[in-house]
Amino acid sequence: MSDVILQIDNLAKSFGGVRATDNVCIDVKRNETHAIIGPNGAGKTTLISQLSGGLKPDSGRIIFNGQNITKLPVQKRCHLGLARSFQITSLVMSMSVLDNVALAVQAQDGHSFKFWKPARTLERLRAPAMEILRDAHLDDKADTIVSALSHGERRQIEIAVALATKPELLLLDEPMAGMGPSESVSMVETLKALNGKKSILLVEHDMDAVFALANRISVLVYGRIIATGTPQEIRENQDVRHAYLGDM
Amino acid sequence: MGVFLKNRALTFIVLGLLGTVPLMMYWSGSDYLSLATKLVCFAIAATSLNLILGYGGMVSFGHAVFFGIGAYAVGIPSYHAVYGELDFIASSNGFFHIVLAVILSALFALITGAISLRTRGIHFIMITLAFSQMMFYFLLALDTYGGDDGLTIDERSQIPFISLDNPVHMFLLSFIILLGCLYLVNRIVNSRFGLVLQGAKDNEERMAAIGYNTFAYRLTAYVISGAMCGLAGALFANSESFIFPELIDWTRSGELIFMVILGGGGTTIGPVIGAAVFVVLEKVLSGFTIYWHLPFGIMLILAVLFGRTGIARWFERQKRPGQSNE
Ligand SMILES: Nc1ncnc2c1ncn2[C@@H]1O[C@H](COP(=O)(O)OP(=O)(O)OP(=O)(O)O)[C@@H](O)[C@H]1O
Ligand SMILES: [Mg+2]
Repeated sequence: MSDVILQIDNLAKSFGGVRATDNVCIDVKRNETHAIIGPNGAGKTTLISQLSGGLKPDSGRIIFNGQNITKLPVQKRCHLGLARSFQITSLVMSMSVLDNVALAVQAQDGHSFKFWKPARTLERLRAPAMEILRDAHLDDKADTIVSALSHGERRQIEIAVALATKPELLLLDEPMAGMGPSESVSMVETLKALNGKKSILLVEHDMDAVFALANRISVLVYGRIIATGTPQEIRENQDVRHAYLGDM
Repeated sequence: MGVFLKNRALTFIVLGLLGTVPLMMYWSGSDYLSLATKLVCFAIAATSLNLILGYGGMVSFGHAVFFGIGAYAVGIPSYHAVYGELDFIASSNGFFHIVLAVILSALFALITGAISLRTRGIHFIMITLAFSQMMFYFLLALDTYGGDDGLTIDERSQIPFISLDNPVHMFLLSFIILLGCLYLVNRIVNSRFGLVLQGAKDNEERMAAIGYNTFAYRLTAYVISGAMCGLAGALFANSESFIFPELIDWTRSGELIFMVILGGGGTTIGPVIGAAVFVVLEKVLSGFTIYWHLPFGIMLILAVLFGRTGIARWFERQKRPGQSNE
Protein backbone atom coordinates (compact mmCIF):
# COMPACT_ATOMS: atom_id res chain seq x y z
CA MET A 1 0.00 0.00 0.00
CA SER A 2 1.22 3.42 -0.93
CA ASP A 3 2.06 5.74 1.91
CA VAL A 4 -0.08 8.52 0.40
CA ILE A 5 -3.73 8.02 1.34
CA LEU A 6 -5.13 11.17 -0.23
CA GLN A 7 -3.79 12.99 -3.21
CA ILE A 8 -5.33 16.34 -4.07
CA ASP A 9 -4.30 17.10 -7.60
CA ASN A 10 -4.70 20.61 -9.02
CA LEU A 11 -8.11 21.14 -7.50
CA ALA A 12 -9.90 24.37 -8.47
CA LYS A 13 -13.24 25.88 -7.56
CA SER A 14 -14.63 29.38 -8.12
CA PHE A 15 -17.72 31.11 -6.77
CA GLY A 16 -18.43 33.79 -9.34
CA GLY A 17 -15.21 35.79 -9.37
CA VAL A 18 -13.84 34.34 -6.13
CA ARG A 19 -11.24 31.62 -6.61
CA ALA A 20 -11.95 29.74 -3.41
CA THR A 21 -9.72 26.82 -4.39
CA ASP A 22 -6.89 27.78 -6.69
CA ASN A 23 -5.03 24.77 -8.13
CA VAL A 24 -4.49 23.14 -4.76
CA CYS A 25 -2.15 20.15 -4.52
CA ILE A 26 -1.74 18.32 -1.21
CA ASP A 27 -0.61 14.78 -0.40
CA VAL A 28 -1.85 13.39 2.89
CA LYS A 29 0.29 10.51 4.11
CA ARG A 30 -1.16 7.45 5.72
CA ASN A 31 -1.65 7.89 9.48
CA GLU A 32 -0.33 11.41 9.56
CA THR A 33 -2.20 14.38 10.96
CA HIS A 34 -2.02 16.99 8.27
CA ALA A 35 -3.23 20.44 9.30
CA ILE A 36 -4.52 23.12 6.97
CA ILE A 37 -4.27 26.63 8.35
CA GLY A 38 -5.15 29.93 6.80
CA PRO A 39 -7.04 33.15 7.46
CA ASN A 40 -10.84 33.48 7.37
CA GLY A 41 -12.23 33.00 3.90
CA ALA A 42 -9.06 31.29 2.65
CA GLY A 43 -11.12 28.42 1.26
CA LYS A 44 -10.57 25.76 3.91
CA THR A 45 -14.18 24.69 4.27
CA THR A 46 -14.62 24.83 0.51
CA LEU A 47 -11.69 22.43 0.14
CA ILE A 48 -13.04 20.01 2.77
CA SER A 49 -16.46 20.02 1.11
CA GLN A 50 -14.94 19.07 -2.22
CA LEU A 51 -13.03 16.26 -0.58
CA SER A 52 -16.10 14.89 1.21
CA GLY A 53 -18.23 15.26 -1.91
CA GLY A 54 -20.66 17.99 -0.91
CA LEU A 55 -19.23 20.43 -3.49
CA LYS A 56 -18.20 19.67 -7.07
CA PRO A 57 -14.79 21.02 -8.08
CA ASP A 58 -14.45 22.90 -11.38
CA SER A 59 -11.32 20.99 -12.28
CA GLY A 60 -8.64 18.77 -10.81
CA ARG A 61 -8.72 15.31 -9.28
CA ILE A 62 -9.07 13.72 -5.86
CA ILE A 63 -7.32 10.36 -5.49
CA PHE A 64 -8.14 8.36 -2.38
CA ASN A 65 -6.26 5.11 -1.81
CA GLY A 66 -5.30 5.09 -5.48
CA GLN A 67 -8.90 5.50 -6.64
CA ASN A 68 -10.17 8.60 -8.42
CA ILE A 69 -13.15 9.69 -6.32
CA THR A 70 -13.62 13.15 -7.85
CA LYS A 71 -17.08 12.36 -9.17
CA LEU A 72 -18.41 10.06 -6.43
CA PRO A 73 -21.35 11.21 -4.27
CA VAL A 74 -20.94 11.83 -0.53
CA GLN A 75 -22.31 8.50 0.68
CA LYS A 76 -20.06 6.45 -1.64
CA ARG A 77 -16.97 8.29 -0.43
CA CYS A 78 -18.03 7.56 3.11
CA HIS A 79 -18.21 3.85 2.38
CA LEU A 80 -14.68 4.01 0.95
CA GLY A 81 -13.44 5.29 4.29
CA LEU A 82 -13.70 9.07 4.21
CA ALA A 83 -15.51 10.82 7.06
CA ARG A 84 -15.96 14.46 7.84
CA SER A 85 -16.96 16.67 10.71
CA PHE A 86 -18.64 19.98 10.04
CA GLN A 87 -17.46 23.46 11.04
CA ILE A 88 -21.03 24.18 12.06
CA THR A 89 -22.18 21.21 14.12
CA SER A 90 -24.32 18.90 12.03
CA LEU A 91 -26.03 16.13 13.98
CA VAL A 92 -29.49 14.62 14.13
CA MET A 93 -30.66 17.04 16.79
CA SER A 94 -33.93 15.35 17.70
CA MET A 95 -32.28 12.02 18.50
CA SER A 96 -30.16 10.85 21.41
CA VAL A 97 -26.38 10.80 21.39
CA LEU A 98 -26.41 7.01 21.23
CA ASP A 99 -28.88 7.11 18.32
CA ASN A 100 -26.56 9.41 16.40
CA VAL A 101 -23.55 7.16 16.83
CA ALA A 102 -25.58 3.98 16.28
CA LEU A 103 -26.89 5.38 12.99
CA ALA A 104 -23.29 5.75 11.85
CA VAL A 105 -22.55 2.17 12.93
CA GLN A 106 -25.70 1.01 11.13
CA ALA A 107 -24.58 2.73 7.93
CA GLN A 108 -21.55 0.42 7.89
CA ASP A 109 -23.60 -2.70 8.63
CA GLY A 110 -25.14 -3.45 5.25
CA HIS A 111 -28.18 -1.74 3.78
CA SER A 112 -30.94 -0.38 5.97
CA PHE A 113 -33.92 -1.62 4.00
CA LYS A 114 -34.90 -3.58 7.08
CA PHE A 115 -38.38 -2.70 8.17
CA TRP A 116 -39.38 -4.96 11.03
CA LYS A 117 -37.02 -5.37 13.97
CA PRO A 118 -36.75 -2.43 16.37
CA ALA A 119 -33.31 -0.98 15.64
CA ARG A 120 -32.90 0.51 19.10
CA THR A 121 -32.73 -2.92 20.68
CA LEU A 122 -30.12 -4.36 18.32
CA GLU A 123 -26.96 -5.17 20.25
CA ARG A 124 -24.87 -5.31 17.09
CA LEU A 125 -25.56 -1.59 16.57
CA ARG A 126 -25.85 -0.38 20.14
CA ALA A 127 -22.80 -2.15 21.60
CA PRO A 128 -20.20 -0.76 19.17
CA ALA A 129 -21.80 2.69 19.45
CA MET A 130 -21.61 2.54 23.22
CA GLU A 131 -17.99 1.45 22.97
CA ILE A 132 -17.15 4.52 20.89
CA LEU A 133 -18.91 6.77 23.39
CA ARG A 134 -17.02 5.15 26.24
CA ASP A 135 -13.70 5.73 24.48
CA ALA A 136 -14.66 9.38 24.08
CA HIS A 137 -15.82 9.62 27.72
CA LEU A 138 -19.30 10.47 26.50
CA ASP A 139 -21.09 7.35 27.69
CA ASP A 140 -22.88 9.19 30.50
CA LYS A 141 -24.55 11.32 27.83
CA ALA A 142 -25.69 8.37 25.73
CA ASP A 143 -29.41 8.87 26.33
CA THR A 144 -29.40 12.67 26.16
CA ILE A 145 -31.10 14.28 23.16
CA VAL A 146 -28.42 16.08 21.15
CA SER A 147 -30.27 19.38 21.17
CA ALA A 148 -29.97 19.43 24.97
CA LEU A 149 -26.15 19.22 24.91
CA SER A 150 -23.64 22.03 25.22
CA HIS A 151 -21.79 23.25 22.15
CA GLY A 152 -18.55 21.59 23.26
CA GLU A 153 -20.23 18.25 23.81
CA ARG A 154 -21.79 18.38 20.38
CA ARG A 155 -18.36 18.96 18.84
CA GLN A 156 -17.11 15.85 20.63
CA ILE A 157 -20.04 13.86 19.31
CA GLU A 158 -19.31 14.99 15.78
CA ILE A 159 -15.94 13.28 16.10
CA ALA A 160 -17.51 10.19 17.67
CA VAL A 161 -20.01 9.93 14.81
CA ALA A 162 -17.27 10.34 12.23
CA LEU A 163 -15.22 7.63 13.95
CA ALA A 164 -18.21 5.30 14.05
CA THR A 165 -18.16 5.12 10.24
CA LYS A 166 -14.74 3.40 10.63
CA PRO A 167 -12.96 5.86 8.38
CA GLU A 168 -9.39 5.63 7.15
CA LEU A 169 -9.24 9.38 6.70
CA LEU A 170 -10.93 11.95 8.90
CA LEU A 171 -11.68 15.38 7.49
CA LEU A 172 -12.10 17.70 10.47
CA ASP A 173 -13.31 21.23 9.88
CA GLU A 174 -12.40 23.32 12.93
CA PRO A 175 -13.29 20.75 15.60
CA MET A 176 -12.37 23.29 18.33
CA ALA A 177 -14.50 26.11 16.92
CA GLY A 178 -16.32 27.94 19.69
CA MET A 179 -14.97 25.72 22.47
CA GLY A 180 -13.89 26.89 25.88
CA PRO A 181 -10.25 26.33 26.96
CA SER A 182 -10.89 23.14 28.94
CA GLU A 183 -13.04 21.68 26.17
CA SER A 184 -10.28 22.42 23.67
CA VAL A 185 -7.80 20.58 25.84
CA SER A 186 -9.95 17.49 25.93
CA MET A 187 -10.49 17.67 22.15
CA VAL A 188 -6.72 17.85 21.64
CA GLU A 189 -6.42 14.75 23.84
CA THR A 190 -9.04 12.96 21.76
CA LEU A 191 -7.28 13.77 18.51
CA LYS A 192 -3.84 13.02 19.90
CA ALA A 193 -5.04 9.54 20.75
CA LEU A 194 -5.83 9.03 17.07
CA ASN A 195 -2.42 10.23 15.87
CA GLY A 196 -0.62 7.43 14.09
CA LYS A 197 -3.79 5.31 13.98
CA LYS A 198 -5.89 7.32 11.53
CA SER A 199 -5.06 9.72 8.76
CA ILE A 200 -6.44 13.13 9.61
CA LEU A 201 -6.84 16.28 7.57
CA LEU A 202 -7.36 18.94 10.19
CA VAL A 203 -8.57 22.47 9.53
CA GLU A 204 -8.07 24.55 12.66
CA HIS A 205 -7.60 28.14 13.74
CA ASP A 206 -6.30 27.29 17.21
CA MET A 207 -2.51 27.40 16.60
CA ASP A 208 -1.62 25.78 19.90
CA ALA A 209 -3.75 22.82 18.91
CA VAL A 210 -2.33 22.71 15.40
CA PHE A 211 1.28 22.74 16.55
CA ALA A 212 0.48 20.15 19.21
CA LEU A 213 -1.18 17.76 16.79
CA ALA A 214 0.12 18.16 13.25
CA ASN A 215 2.86 16.09 11.67
CA ARG A 216 2.75 18.40 8.69
CA ILE A 217 1.02 21.68 7.92
CA SER A 218 -0.17 23.28 4.69
CA VAL A 219 -0.89 26.99 4.61
CA LEU A 220 -3.82 28.14 2.49
CA VAL A 221 -4.19 31.81 1.57
CA TYR A 222 -6.75 33.12 -0.95
CA GLY A 223 -7.35 29.59 -2.19
CA ARG A 224 -3.67 28.85 -2.81
CA ILE A 225 -1.24 26.67 -0.90
CA ILE A 226 1.71 28.91 -0.13
CA ALA A 227 3.69 26.42 1.92
CA THR A 228 3.71 22.82 3.13
CA GLY A 229 6.09 21.43 5.72
CA THR A 230 6.71 20.22 9.24
CA PRO A 231 5.52 22.48 12.07
CA GLN A 232 9.12 23.61 12.51
CA GLU A 233 9.50 24.52 8.83
CA ILE A 234 6.18 26.39 8.80
CA ARG A 235 7.08 28.35 11.91
CA GLU A 236 10.32 29.48 10.27
CA ASN A 237 8.88 30.14 6.81
CA GLN A 238 9.12 33.85 5.99
CA ASP A 239 6.20 33.88 3.53
CA VAL A 240 3.97 32.25 6.08
CA ARG A 241 5.01 34.62 8.86
CA HIS A 242 4.32 37.46 6.53
CA ALA A 243 0.97 36.26 5.20
CA TYR A 244 -0.48 34.68 8.25
CA LEU A 245 1.54 34.01 11.33
CA GLY A 246 2.92 37.52 11.50
CA ASP A 247 0.76 38.38 14.44
CA MET A 248 1.88 35.38 16.48
CA MET B 1 -41.11 5.85 31.11
CA GLY B 2 -44.24 7.62 32.27
CA VAL B 3 -44.61 9.46 28.98
CA PHE B 4 -44.13 6.28 27.06
CA LEU B 5 -46.94 4.57 28.98
CA LYS B 6 -49.24 7.57 28.66
CA ASN B 7 -48.90 7.63 24.90
CA ARG B 8 -49.47 3.94 24.66
CA ALA B 9 -52.54 4.33 26.88
CA LEU B 10 -53.84 7.14 24.68
CA THR B 11 -53.42 4.92 21.63
CA PHE B 12 -55.39 2.09 23.20
CA ILE B 13 -58.12 4.38 24.49
CA VAL B 14 -58.66 6.08 21.13
CA LEU B 15 -58.66 2.81 19.21
CA GLY B 16 -60.88 1.16 21.83
CA LEU B 17 -63.48 3.92 21.52
CA LEU B 18 -63.26 3.99 17.74
CA GLY B 19 -63.77 0.22 17.54
CA THR B 20 -66.78 0.06 19.87
CA VAL B 21 -68.77 3.31 20.01
CA PRO B 22 -69.97 3.35 16.37
CA LEU B 23 -71.13 -0.26 16.65
CA MET B 24 -72.94 0.35 19.94
CA MET B 25 -74.66 3.38 18.43
CA TYR B 26 -75.63 1.33 15.39
CA TRP B 27 -77.14 -1.44 17.48
CA SER B 28 -79.02 1.05 19.61
CA GLY B 29 -80.64 2.59 16.58
CA SER B 30 -78.71 5.72 15.60
CA ASP B 31 -76.80 5.01 12.45
CA TYR B 32 -73.46 6.69 12.15
CA LEU B 33 -71.70 3.55 11.05
CA SER B 34 -70.99 4.61 7.49
CA LEU B 35 -69.68 7.91 8.83
CA ALA B 36 -67.39 5.95 11.14
CA THR B 37 -66.20 3.83 8.23
CA LYS B 38 -65.43 7.00 6.30
CA LEU B 39 -63.51 8.25 9.34
CA VAL B 40 -61.52 5.01 9.47
CA CYS B 41 -60.67 5.29 5.77
CA PHE B 42 -59.40 8.84 6.30
CA ALA B 43 -57.49 7.64 9.35
CA ILE B 44 -55.70 5.05 7.20
CA ALA B 45 -54.94 7.69 4.57
CA ALA B 46 -53.67 10.10 7.23
CA THR B 47 -51.59 7.32 8.80
CA SER B 48 -49.98 6.68 5.43
CA LEU B 49 -49.25 10.39 5.03
CA ASN B 50 -47.84 10.44 8.56
CA LEU B 51 -45.13 8.00 7.50
CA ILE B 52 -43.69 10.43 4.97
CA LEU B 53 -44.80 13.74 6.50
CA GLY B 54 -44.58 13.14 10.23
CA TYR B 55 -41.60 10.80 10.23
CA GLY B 56 -40.01 11.66 6.89
CA GLY B 57 -40.56 15.42 6.66
CA MET B 58 -41.94 15.20 3.13
CA VAL B 59 -44.84 17.62 2.74
CA SER B 60 -46.74 15.92 -0.05
CA PHE B 61 -49.52 18.19 -1.24
CA GLY B 62 -50.87 15.55 -3.56
CA HIS B 63 -51.41 12.62 -1.29
CA ALA B 64 -55.11 12.30 -2.08
CA VAL B 65 -54.12 11.13 -5.54
CA PHE B 66 -53.34 7.70 -4.09
CA PHE B 67 -56.70 7.64 -2.34
CA GLY B 68 -58.36 8.34 -5.68
CA ILE B 69 -56.32 5.73 -7.52
CA GLY B 70 -57.35 3.16 -4.92
CA ALA B 71 -61.00 4.15 -5.25
CA TYR B 72 -60.99 3.93 -9.05
CA ALA B 73 -59.13 0.60 -8.83
CA VAL B 74 -62.35 -0.70 -7.26
CA GLY B 75 -64.80 1.35 -9.32
CA ILE B 76 -63.51 0.62 -12.81
CA PRO B 77 -63.19 -3.19 -12.62
CA SER B 78 -66.52 -3.35 -10.83
CA TYR B 79 -68.16 -1.19 -13.53
CA HIS B 80 -66.98 -3.55 -16.26
CA ALA B 81 -67.98 -6.60 -14.27
CA VAL B 82 -71.53 -5.25 -14.29
CA TYR B 83 -71.72 -3.55 -17.70
CA GLY B 84 -69.30 -5.61 -19.81
CA GLU B 85 -66.38 -4.53 -22.06
CA LEU B 86 -62.69 -4.50 -21.07
CA ASP B 87 -62.92 -8.14 -19.96
CA PHE B 88 -59.27 -8.24 -18.93
CA ILE B 89 -59.94 -5.82 -16.10
CA ALA B 90 -63.60 -6.58 -15.38
CA SER B 91 -63.85 -8.19 -11.97
CA SER B 92 -65.74 -7.93 -8.73
CA ASN B 93 -63.18 -10.00 -6.85
CA GLY B 94 -62.20 -8.07 -3.73
CA PHE B 95 -58.67 -9.41 -3.66
CA PHE B 96 -58.18 -8.33 -7.24
CA HIS B 97 -59.44 -4.86 -6.35
CA ILE B 98 -57.17 -4.53 -3.36
CA VAL B 99 -54.09 -5.82 -5.16
CA LEU B 100 -54.82 -3.51 -8.08
CA ALA B 101 -55.31 -0.51 -5.76
CA VAL B 102 -52.07 -1.19 -3.92
CA ILE B 103 -49.98 -1.92 -7.02
CA LEU B 104 -51.25 1.04 -9.03
CA SER B 105 -50.74 3.50 -6.18
CA ALA B 106 -47.31 2.09 -5.44
CA LEU B 107 -46.39 2.39 -9.10
CA PHE B 108 -47.67 5.96 -9.31
CA ALA B 109 -45.73 6.77 -6.14
CA LEU B 110 -42.57 5.20 -7.55
CA ILE B 111 -42.70 7.18 -10.78
CA THR B 112 -43.79 10.53 -9.36
CA GLY B 113 -41.61 10.11 -6.25
CA ALA B 114 -38.52 9.42 -8.34
CA ILE B 115 -39.05 12.85 -9.88
CA SER B 116 -40.45 14.91 -7.02
CA LEU B 117 -38.04 13.65 -4.33
CA ARG B 118 -35.16 15.24 -6.23
CA THR B 119 -36.55 18.53 -4.97
CA ARG B 120 -37.03 20.00 -1.51
CA GLY B 121 -39.32 22.38 0.33
CA ILE B 122 -41.75 24.41 -1.69
CA HIS B 123 -40.66 22.74 -4.93
CA PHE B 124 -41.61 19.35 -3.56
CA ILE B 125 -44.99 20.68 -2.47
CA MET B 126 -45.66 22.14 -5.93
CA ILE B 127 -44.55 19.05 -7.85
CA THR B 128 -46.63 16.64 -5.79
CA LEU B 129 -49.55 19.02 -6.22
CA ALA B 130 -48.99 19.13 -9.97
CA PHE B 131 -48.95 15.33 -10.31
CA SER B 132 -52.17 14.97 -8.36
CA GLN B 133 -53.91 17.69 -10.39
CA MET B 134 -52.81 15.90 -13.57
CA MET B 135 -54.58 12.78 -12.38
CA PHE B 136 -57.58 14.87 -11.31
CA TYR B 137 -58.05 16.30 -14.82
CA PHE B 138 -57.43 12.90 -16.35
CA LEU B 139 -60.30 11.42 -14.31
CA LEU B 140 -62.52 14.40 -15.14
CA ALA B 141 -62.04 13.59 -18.80
CA LEU B 142 -62.95 9.90 -18.42
CA ASP B 143 -66.57 10.11 -19.59
CA THR B 144 -67.06 6.34 -19.46
CA TYR B 145 -66.69 6.49 -15.71
CA GLY B 146 -68.92 9.50 -15.26
CA GLY B 147 -66.37 12.29 -15.65
CA ASP B 148 -67.08 14.96 -13.07
CA ASP B 149 -70.45 13.38 -12.23
CA GLY B 150 -68.64 10.48 -10.64
CA LEU B 151 -69.34 6.79 -10.78
CA THR B 152 -71.79 4.76 -8.75
CA ILE B 153 -70.43 1.37 -7.78
CA ASP B 154 -73.27 -1.07 -8.37
CA GLU B 155 -71.44 -4.08 -7.05
CA ARG B 156 -69.09 -3.87 -4.09
CA SER B 157 -65.90 -5.94 -3.84
CA GLN B 158 -66.65 -9.62 -3.29
CA ILE B 159 -64.74 -11.09 -0.37
CA PRO B 160 -65.25 -14.64 0.96
CA PHE B 161 -67.26 -15.03 4.19
CA ILE B 162 -68.17 -11.36 4.53
CA SER B 163 -70.44 -8.96 2.69
CA LEU B 164 -69.38 -5.38 2.24
CA ASP B 165 -73.06 -4.51 1.69
CA ASN B 166 -73.44 -5.13 5.40
CA PRO B 167 -72.34 -1.91 7.14
CA VAL B 168 -71.06 -3.80 10.19
CA HIS B 169 -68.81 -5.98 8.04
CA MET B 170 -67.67 -2.95 6.10
CA PHE B 171 -66.80 -1.08 9.27
CA LEU B 172 -65.04 -3.99 10.92
CA LEU B 173 -62.96 -4.77 7.84
CA SER B 174 -61.86 -1.14 7.59
CA PHE B 175 -61.11 -0.95 11.28
CA ILE B 176 -59.01 -4.12 11.24
CA ILE B 177 -57.08 -2.79 8.26
CA LEU B 178 -56.53 0.47 10.16
CA LEU B 179 -55.10 -1.50 13.09
CA GLY B 180 -52.85 -3.39 10.69
CA CYS B 181 -51.61 -0.17 9.10
CA LEU B 182 -50.93 1.45 12.48
CA TYR B 183 -48.98 -1.60 13.57
CA LEU B 184 -47.05 -1.67 10.32
CA VAL B 185 -46.13 2.02 10.50
CA ASN B 186 -45.11 1.59 14.12
CA ARG B 187 -42.81 -1.31 13.21
CA ILE B 188 -41.37 0.57 10.25
CA VAL B 189 -40.55 3.78 12.08
CA ASN B 190 -38.71 1.96 14.84
CA SER B 191 -36.78 -0.28 12.46
CA ARG B 192 -33.39 0.47 10.91
CA PHE B 193 -35.23 1.88 7.93
CA GLY B 194 -37.38 4.10 10.11
CA LEU B 195 -34.44 5.59 11.97
CA VAL B 196 -32.74 6.44 8.69
CA LEU B 197 -35.97 8.06 7.49
CA GLN B 198 -36.26 10.16 10.65
CA GLY B 199 -32.57 11.02 10.61
CA ALA B 200 -32.90 12.30 7.06
CA LYS B 201 -35.90 14.41 8.05
CA ASP B 202 -33.84 16.09 10.73
CA ASN B 203 -30.46 16.39 9.01
CA GLU B 204 -30.03 15.09 5.51
CA GLU B 205 -26.48 16.39 5.15
CA ARG B 206 -25.37 14.41 8.18
CA MET B 207 -27.07 11.24 6.99
CA ALA B 208 -25.33 11.49 3.63
CA ALA B 209 -22.01 12.17 5.36
CA ILE B 210 -22.24 8.94 7.35
CA GLY B 211 -23.01 7.01 4.19
CA TYR B 212 -26.76 6.92 3.56
CA ASN B 213 -28.30 7.37 0.15
CA THR B 214 -31.19 9.35 1.60
CA PHE B 215 -33.03 9.52 -1.73
CA ALA B 216 -33.46 5.75 -1.90
CA TYR B 217 -34.83 5.58 1.63
CA ARG B 218 -37.20 8.46 1.07
CA LEU B 219 -38.46 7.00 -2.18
CA THR B 220 -39.12 3.66 -0.51
CA ALA B 221 -41.11 5.36 2.25
CA TYR B 222 -43.01 7.31 -0.39
CA VAL B 223 -43.98 4.11 -2.20
CA ILE B 224 -45.10 2.35 0.99
CA SER B 225 -47.10 5.41 1.94
CA GLY B 226 -48.74 5.67 -1.48
CA ALA B 227 -49.69 2.00 -1.47
CA MET B 228 -51.25 2.29 1.99
CA CYS B 229 -53.23 5.34 0.94
CA GLY B 230 -54.45 3.44 -2.13
CA LEU B 231 -55.77 0.75 0.17
CA ALA B 232 -57.68 3.41 2.11
CA GLY B 233 -59.21 4.63 -1.15
CA ALA B 234 -60.31 1.10 -2.10
CA LEU B 235 -62.11 0.76 1.25
CA PHE B 236 -63.67 4.19 0.87
CA ALA B 237 -65.03 3.32 -2.58
CA ASN B 238 -66.73 0.26 -1.12
CA SER B 239 -68.09 2.10 1.86
CA GLU B 240 -69.57 5.01 -0.11
CA SER B 241 -70.24 2.98 -3.28
CA PHE B 242 -69.80 6.25 -5.13
CA ILE B 243 -66.55 7.74 -6.40
CA PHE B 244 -65.72 11.02 -8.13
CA PRO B 245 -62.63 12.94 -9.30
CA GLU B 246 -62.87 15.47 -6.43
CA LEU B 247 -61.50 12.70 -4.21
CA ILE B 248 -58.15 13.70 -5.69
CA ASP B 249 -58.61 17.45 -5.64
CA TRP B 250 -55.88 19.42 -3.87
CA THR B 251 -58.30 20.41 -1.10
CA ARG B 252 -58.50 16.72 -0.19
CA SER B 253 -54.73 16.53 0.04
CA GLY B 254 -54.79 19.64 2.19
CA GLU B 255 -57.33 17.99 4.49
CA LEU B 256 -55.06 15.00 4.94
CA ILE B 257 -52.18 17.28 5.90
CA PHE B 258 -54.48 19.00 8.39
CA MET B 259 -55.43 15.68 9.94
CA VAL B 260 -51.81 14.68 10.44
CA ILE B 261 -50.67 18.03 11.85
CA LEU B 262 -53.79 18.54 13.95
CA GLY B 263 -53.58 15.09 15.49
CA GLY B 264 -49.81 15.05 15.85
CA GLY B 265 -47.38 14.12 13.08
CA GLY B 266 -44.75 11.60 14.08
CA THR B 267 -46.98 9.89 16.65
CA THR B 268 -48.79 6.61 16.08
CA ILE B 269 -52.25 7.71 17.07
CA GLY B 270 -52.08 11.36 15.99
CA PRO B 271 -53.44 10.88 12.45
CA VAL B 272 -56.36 8.85 13.80
CA ILE B 273 -57.25 11.62 16.24
CA GLY B 274 -56.85 14.19 13.47
CA ALA B 275 -59.15 12.25 11.15
CA ALA B 276 -61.72 11.84 13.92
CA VAL B 277 -61.74 15.53 14.83
CA PHE B 278 -61.98 16.40 11.16
CA VAL B 279 -64.88 14.09 10.29
CA VAL B 280 -66.86 14.88 13.43
CA LEU B 281 -66.40 18.64 13.11
CA GLU B 282 -67.38 18.53 9.46
CA LYS B 283 -70.54 16.61 10.35
CA VAL B 284 -71.53 18.86 13.24
CA LEU B 285 -70.85 22.16 11.47
CA SER B 286 -72.54 21.15 8.24
CA GLY B 287 -75.65 20.41 10.32
CA PHE B 288 -75.71 23.99 11.62
CA THR B 289 -75.23 26.00 8.48
CA ILE B 290 -74.60 25.56 4.78
CA TYR B 291 -71.79 28.10 5.16
CA TRP B 292 -69.85 25.71 7.36
CA HIS B 293 -66.67 25.71 5.29
CA LEU B 294 -65.53 29.09 6.58
CA PRO B 295 -65.80 28.45 10.35
CA PHE B 296 -64.47 24.96 9.74
CA GLY B 297 -61.42 26.29 7.96
CA ILE B 298 -60.81 28.93 10.62
CA MET B 299 -61.09 26.37 13.42
CA LEU B 300 -58.66 24.06 11.69
CA ILE B 301 -56.13 26.80 11.13
CA LEU B 302 -56.40 27.94 14.76
CA ALA B 303 -56.05 24.38 15.96
CA VAL B 304 -52.93 23.86 13.92
CA LEU B 305 -51.45 27.21 14.93
CA PHE B 306 -52.04 26.85 18.65
CA GLY B 307 -51.74 23.12 19.09
CA ARG B 308 -48.64 23.16 16.99
CA THR B 309 -47.26 19.76 17.82
CA GLY B 310 -50.65 18.06 17.62
CA ILE B 311 -53.33 16.76 19.94
CA ALA B 312 -51.59 13.45 20.62
CA ARG B 313 -48.74 15.41 22.25
CA TRP B 314 -50.93 17.39 24.63
CA PHE B 315 -50.62 14.43 26.95
CA GLU B 316 -46.86 14.31 27.02
CA ARG B 317 -44.61 16.73 28.83
CA GLN B 318 -41.18 15.72 27.72
CA LYS B 319 -39.93 13.10 25.34
CA ARG B 320 -37.95 10.19 26.54
CA PRO B 321 -35.06 9.48 24.17
CA GLY B 322 -35.23 6.27 22.29
CA GLN B 323 -38.94 5.87 22.76
CA SER B 324 -40.28 8.88 20.94
CA ASN B 325 -42.38 6.95 18.51
CA GLU B 326 -45.12 5.50 20.60
N1 LIG C 1 -21.51 28.63 -1.44
C1 LIG C 1 -20.74 29.71 -1.68
N2 LIG C 1 -21.12 30.64 -2.59
C2 LIG C 1 -20.35 31.72 -2.84
N3 LIG C 1 -19.19 31.96 -2.24
C3 LIG C 1 -18.76 31.09 -1.33
C4 LIG C 1 -19.51 29.92 -0.99
N4 LIG C 1 -18.84 29.23 -0.03
C5 LIG C 1 -17.73 29.94 0.20
N5 LIG C 1 -17.66 31.05 -0.56
C6 LIG C 1 -16.56 32.02 -0.58
O1 LIG C 1 -15.38 31.29 -0.82
C7 LIG C 1 -14.34 31.80 0.00
C8 LIG C 1 -13.81 30.70 0.89
O2 LIG C 1 -14.79 30.36 1.86
P1 LIG C 1 -14.57 29.19 2.93
O3 LIG C 1 -15.80 29.08 3.72
O4 LIG C 1 -14.08 27.99 2.26
O5 LIG C 1 -13.41 29.81 3.83
P2 LIG C 1 -12.76 29.24 5.16
O6 LIG C 1 -11.31 29.19 4.93
O7 LIG C 1 -13.43 27.98 5.57
O8 LIG C 1 -13.09 30.40 6.17
P3 LIG C 1 -13.35 30.33 7.75
O9 LIG C 1 -12.01 30.30 8.40
O10 LIG C 1 -14.07 31.59 8.04
O11 LIG C 1 -14.17 29.12 8.02
C9 LIG C 1 -14.92 32.98 0.77
O12 LIG C 1 -14.60 34.15 0.06
C10 LIG C 1 -16.39 32.72 0.73
O13 LIG C 1 -17.10 33.94 0.76
MG1 LIG D 1 -14.48 27.38 7.16
